[in-house]
Amino acid sequence: MKKLQSITAKLPAAGALAAVGALWLLVSEGGLVPSFLLPSPAAVCRALAADAPILLKNAGVTLLEAALGLAAGILAALVLATLMHRVRALYRALYPILVITQTIPTIALAPLLVLWMGFGMAPKVTLVALTTFFPIAVSLLDGYASTDRAAADLLRSMGAGRRQIFLILEFPSALSHFFSGLRVSASYAVVGAVISEWLGGFQGLGVYMTRVKKAYAFDKMFAVILVIVAVSLLLMALVTALRRRACPWEAYEKIERND
Amino acid sequence: MTGREVPVLQAEGVAKSYGGRKILEDVSLSLGQGELVCLLGVSGAGKTTLFNILSGLEQPDAGRVLLKGRDVTGSPGQIRYMLQKDLLLPHKKVLDNAALPLVIRGMGKREARAEAAAYFPRFGLEGTEDQYPAQLSGGMRQRAALLRTFLGSRDAVLLDEPFSALDALTKREIHRWYLGMMDELQTAALFITHDVDEAVLLSDRVCILSGSPARIAAELEIRPPRPRELSFAVSEDFLACKKRILALLEG
Repeated sequence: MKKLQSITAKLPAAGALAAVGALWLLVSEGGLVPSFLLPSPAAVCRALAADAPILLKNAGVTLLEAALGLAAGILAALVLATLMHRVRALYRALYPILVITQTIPTIALAPLLVLWMGFGMAPKVTLVALTTFFPIAVSLLDGYASTDRAAADLLRSMGAGRRQIFLILEFPSALSHFFSGLRVSASYAVVGAVISEWLGGFQGLGVYMTRVKKAYAFDKMFAVILVIVAVSLLLMALVTALRRRACPWEAYEKIERND
Repeated sequence: MTGREVPVLQAEGVAKSYGGRKILEDVSLSLGQGELVCLLGVSGAGKTTLFNILSGLEQPDAGRVLLKGRDVTGSPGQIRYMLQKDLLLPHKKVLDNAALPLVIRGMGKREARAEAAAYFPRFGLEGTEDQYPAQLSGGMRQRAALLRTFLGSRDAVLLDEPFSALDALTKREIHRWYLGMMDELQTAALFITHDVDEAVLLSDRVCILSGSPARIAAELEIRPPRPRELSFAVSEDFLACKKRILALLEG
């Protein structure tokens, strides 16, 4: 029953996706747009199949950079947000800086990082860490701030100290927020890795992309984009799976809300 | 009543003001062992402030709080306090929610769970141990919150409108259950409510908090003493008590 419901709930999205695909097919195969500007889905599929080994190898590199950067971003966000939450002065001092760093365009940062760290993996991982850090840190801070004050009072009335209140109440209540931030960050992570690969490197989907772009092989270009989408979705699915494991109670809260 | 033995919970001359406005002045009350006392008063009379002080969450400007003769003013963790909402932590299973006061006191998790689990049948919560609070009905959530409140504190509990969020039928059922349990536990309970019927039904004594700043304006013994028959709720005695309380509240 629940399975059926989840399938019917996904029908509109599947329909919309199919419509976009059909439109693409119509426009490219129908000759409305010349094939060198917009390759047909069939051509992209052929490119995907032909390039599969090389795409997979590059996707592995990009995924590794994204995952390492994301892990670093998570760790930094956890430490800093928690410190900022516990030490009010730190919060006041750092929050504006956090916001300002977010207005620095990633594209501007990437070449600098290459300049400082070379063409290896380090600048890519750093860039991903920088871009993923902020959404996670902010959502964690929001999560900490939104803990129920009455619940904190209740724990205090039981004799709990600040540390216990943090561990029993504040951190678990912030977990849902944390995962919402992480989901956003996971999608940034792959894009961030690809962008930094554009600006210098030896392997990865971004490097491969610039290569096929220079060759005007747009069918291959589209194939790379599809792989990037797939890798991003994979990472986001991983986050969702992790969230289910870490926050099992959310499943019941959703049922309650739907009724 | 308890005669001359040391009261379980005692407030002596408690006073508190916020921002120059006096909320409580010279509030004194005392509860004997197993005594159920209801604190009645209009909204904003300072009942919750008094509870915050009794539980040690807030320091009074003057006066003391004594638990079995020991001064516990401003030191939380001594007297169990059930706040208005059930405040079950959504991310903890019902059993872990119930065991929380024991864990906070430093008991090992397994031991705390075992001790809490032993009370589940008595609180009508059998089979909910491994569920999350979101899976429980309102009445069950309230009983789980009560279990958490009573666990590990047999002396005195403070209950701030524990049943106000429940519908009438659930309320009646939980009232009956609550009285039965209080007869067993012999825990003194100070109970806030806005509901005069509830006050008469569930207490040995009603204290009326009124005025500005608030003080205990009147105390009223509920007759006949507990344990009472269920028919008490529709008896002449019940009505007489209710009439007197309403007169005191208005006067």
